[in-house]
Amino acid sequence: MTPLVSIQGLSVAFGGAPVLRGIELTLQKGEALGLVGESGSGKSVTWLAALGLLPRHAKVSGSVRLDGRELLGAAASELDRIRGGRIAMIFQDPASALNPVLTIRKQLCEALALHRDLSGEAVKAEALRLLGLVGIPDAARRLSAYPHEFSGGQVQRIMIAMALAGNPDLLIADEPTTALDATIQAQILELLSTIRREMNMAMVLISHDLGVVAENCDRVAVMYAGRIVEQAPANQLFADPLHPYAQGLIGALPPLDGPRRRLIAIPGTVPDPAQMPDGCAFAPRCALAAEACGATAPTLAPIADDRAVACIRAEASRRALLGIAAE
Amino acid sequence: MGRYFAIRIGRAALTIVLVVTFAFVVLRLSGDPALMILGPEAPPEVLAAFRKAWGLDDPIWFQYLDYFGAIAKGELGRSMRDGRPAIELVLERIPATLALTVPAFLLKVALGIPAGIYAALHRGSAIDRAVMMTAVAGFTVPSFVLALLLVLVFAVQLGWLPSGGQDSWRHAILPIATLSLGGAAVLARFTRSAMLEVLGQPYIRTASAKGVPWRMVVTSHALPNAAIPTVTILGFMVGTLIAGAVVVESVFAWPGVGRLLVVAVANRDLAVVQCILLLVALTMVTSNLIVDFLYGFLDPRLRAKGAHA
Repeated sequence: MTPLVSIQGLSVAFGGAPVLRGIELTLQKGEALGLVGESGSGKSVTWLAALGLLPRHAKVSGSVRLDGRELLGAAASELDRIRGGRIAMIFQDPASALNPVLTIRKQLCEALALHRDLSGEAVKAEALRLLGLVGIPDAARRLSAYPHEFSGGQVQRIMIAMALAGNPDLLIADEPTTALDATIQAQILELLSTIRREMNMAMVLISHDLGVVAENCDRVAVMYAGRIVEQAPANQLFADPLHPYAQGLIGALPPLDGPRRRLIAIPGTVPDPAQMPDGCAFAPRCALAAEACGATAPTLAPIADDRAVACIRAEASRRALLGIAAE
Repeated sequence: MGRYFAIRIGRAALTIVLVVTFAFVVLRLSGDPALMILGPEAPPEVLAAFRKAWGLDDPIWFQYLDYFGAIAKGELGRSMRDGRPAIELVLERIPATLALTVPAFLLKVALGIPAGIYAALHRGSAIDRAVMMTAVAGFTVPSFVLALLLVLVFAVQLGWLPSGGQDSWRHAILPIATLSLGGAAVLARFTRSAMLEVLGQPYIRTASAKGVPWRMVVTSHALPNAAIPTVTILGFMVGTLIAGAVVVESVFAWPGVGRLLVVAVANRDLAVVQCILLLVALTMVTSNLIVDFLYGFLDPRLRAKGAHA
């Protein structure tokens, strides 16, 4: 089965500083993939690069295929059809993601007119259906309102409605709930899951919130300094992380039951993209780093059927983790 | 919305009162009009008679109240030089000034805005750098220097155009060019930065991400937002239509309001100066009101604020 999206060796550099350093990622139809990592690890850039949405001075190389068709370097008109039509995207800060001087109707109907063969009253009817679907009350009246007249949660719902306008096969949700209150967060995530199931749409959920990803995704890819360092089914990753960085992330989560313990922080900071260390980018912060770690960067290698990790000390780290757990 | 405008109209009225007061104080402090007009050799009794005739021997606060009372009745005084109503002198000069400032304004808009948009869309390109260098040159060179430069090249060296006067449309070319080049430069820079600011906003990325072709992103998403700051500077330019050509009219001997102002100030012709200042204040304030009105039209967020205020 050809994957829906397959990304190979995707690299991005801004002014000579590498931000993505060879991303390998595939996504099946209807799958929900979580993309986690610290700010600046390249989670959003991966998808902005895939859709050609980075500023012109960004240097992009590698390959991004959608149903086997190459997207990097595709004609502008083809990319315009794919954006919003096959792959839709919603963003972190809904308040600034909608155009403040255009009505919701204009912005929603624009997406419908671009990707669906609708006109006149049918456009409006579909816009109302979408707003109803995402749970905007009194949609008929509110269609002529401007973004500032809605709450943050409602604006994110409208963003979702806009993203659904083209019946996409894939929705990239880039930190969709980071700017929202905790209760609204849960509602938006619930809405995304429901819609995904009903429309059989694939989703990439970009987040630095491991809990959000654990609950909403089938599979998780952990990113660090412009690379994917571990990929695994969500339940396996959280139960048994292999990469020391993934272990660090999960170790930093407070446990819900059992005795209180000190949260373990990962020492040090993310390296500056302009001064990447040779070898593994995580080695300077890694408790298990060996001499070999500084020599060459490990590649993402399969370790089990559906798991891959980029760490030469993966086995050792697994034993170390079990040792800590046994104490 | 109604209150939004009531507040602005109130402020506008206050601005006019302040301008008129300022003009009154500064002109009264800057020399004796009787001496200026009649000359230092005039006999003292003539000077005294002149002062009495124009009310200059009244206490200053009395002159001030008197002046305001007259303005309220629509009387703007008479020129001390030739005794004609000041407003008449000023009004008859306005068409000449508008003949320069209106075409210059249209040229500024026609050159400055497209240049700014183009530069923003091709940021960092050779054309962007050329536009910006021209723009910096355009607004750092003072208009009298530019005017003299144009005269030197087109009137003296090439002999294509007249260097001054108001006899034909050809006489208007150099003054209009002088006025519009600097303004177009300011407008280009302003439009460019407004456009760059807008193009960096997340909603532009949203529009691209939903598949809107770049051309439409620029025209229907970016331009309406960039128009909001650009309208501010346009309003300011409309405000200078009446008296924005003081220097240029003087250099080119163009008999407009600006030259009248220079002559009237030199002669301490108080009524005329005050009349022009009042007119300038009125146009400035009116154009500001129009800008406020346009903001409400262009930016729904302001409209909402007005409704709730």
